[in-house]
Amino acid sequence: MKFAGLLVMPAGFFLAIAALVLFPASNAAARGAFVLCGLAVEALGLVVAVRGHMEAQGKSRP
Amino acid sequence: MTPNLPPVMTEATFVLVLVLLLVAPLALAGVALINTGLGRSRSAAQSLLGNLAIVAVTAIAFALVGATIAGTAGGAGHTFHLAGRPWNWLGAGPLFLRGLAAAPAQAQLGLLFEFLAVALAALIPWGSGADRVRLTAGCAVAAVMAAIVFPLLAHWVWDGGWLAQLGVTFSLGSGFQDPAGAAVVHVLGGLSALVVVWIAGPRKGKFPQGGFATAMPGHNAVYILFGCLLALAGWLAFNVAGAVLWMHAPLAALPVTAVNTLLSASGAVAATFAVTRIRFGKPDASLCANGWLAGLVASSATAGIVTPVQGLMIGLIAGVLTPLLVEVLELAVSIDDPSGAIAVHGAGGLWGLIAAGALAPQAGQLVAQLVGIAALLGLALPLLYLLFWLVNRVVPLRVDPDGERIGMDLHELGGGAYPEFVIHRDDSYR
Repeated sequence: MKFAGLLVMPAGFFLAIAALVLFPASNAAARGAFVLCGLAVEALGLVVAVRGHMEAQGKSRP
Repeated sequence: MTPNLPPVMTEATFVLVLVLLLVAPLALAGVALINTGLGRSRSAAQSLLGNLAIVAVTAIAFALVGATIAGTAGGAGHTFHLAGRPWNWLGAGPLFLRGLAAAPAQAQLGLLFEFLAVALAALIPWGSGADRVRLTAGCAVAAVMAAIVFPLLAHWVWDGGWLAQLGVTFSLGSGFQDPAGAAVVHVLGGLSALVVVWIAGPRKGKFPQGGFATAMPGHNAVYILFGCLLALAGWLAFNVAGAVLWMHAPLAALPVTAVNTLLSASGAVAATFAVTRIRFGKPDASLCANGWLAGLVASSATAGIVTPVQGLMIGLIAGVLTPLLVEVLELAVSIDDPSGAIAVHGAGGLWGLIAAGALAPQAGQLVAQLVGIAALLGLALPLLYLLFWLVNRVVPLRVDPDGERIGMDLHELGGGAYPEFVIHRDDSYR
């Protein structure tokens, strides 16, 4: 699960980059919103990775 | 594409920045003391020797490999084109620092800044792995950071890479702004700390089955708090030198940068003092030190940009968030981070970068900062995990259980840091 979360995070980065490429500078609101979506995907990946860590931690506690 | 050349530096500015960079290692000394003080007494010598070894290893790795990848501001770089725009993603500096003495003043000072910055970044995960990460493994992690990850980020942010050029290529303010390393040093250090803690696991007895996390307080509050004062001197030097080198700030703007640094740290420690007093009835010394450092970390992004009142507010918010996050990471997420680096450097750095974007007068600056943060979380964190996982396969990070039981000093060095003192038995090993 930790690896799945870490693999999701680059997808969020490419979403943020796509925002810059797809939206012109004049459409700042859409561009900003798209970048925020990219960050949200990264946050999701981080949460999944952290939960994976917690599960592994729970199993390995003495 | 023609490189974005920095302005020519006057002789007075050159001397000022050089002197500042000779003071900046005090930040390394401060962080080293904090790392050691927050660990256990039976690992103190190993911890401080590790800090020293990491500074040495990062210098060698950065000189041999990293400086070539980082390149210099206005220097050559590898660029590809996407959507009709150039993406400068990798530096192309000379191998083994060849021709450094003949390089422009800006390039020489920039390189010295990066030598110190990479050492500071690599000290951060060492503090998080205290009491269980082996010395050789800590050095291997530092070498990987100095040779690959730090140079890549330094090129993107400081040496004319794609993040620095966002203002030109996508009309996003002045491009990604990180004058003193909130991203390149501190968020990188915080993310590295997270990965090291994930891979190495918690200290034995930290999270007992079915019970609360065991408190394992640092062994020397004097080291921790004196380290904070040393760090202040180093941070002042880093922030002022960074403002000149990477933002080309005029000399008249530098005192405000220094005042903002002090105010940010002061606001943060005052807020942490208040929060810990409200939560625990008494202020907590090590959490106050964490708050102080978080204020300094946030100032790395903002000190050269904001007004003094804004600097104080940024520090206050960092000081409130830090102790709460330290608690959440330990109690709710089961992360054993003795130095609190993930909250202090990782979260503090991210907060500073966002504040710098939100308070900047240029349109699009906040989006530029968010894109930089996306690169750190989306590329740097998975890359760090992959590299440290490989390091762990070759040089296991974690010491064997017997070494952890007797302490890293005896196990790795054959002698303790305090041979004339009786070390108390640790109840968590009963």
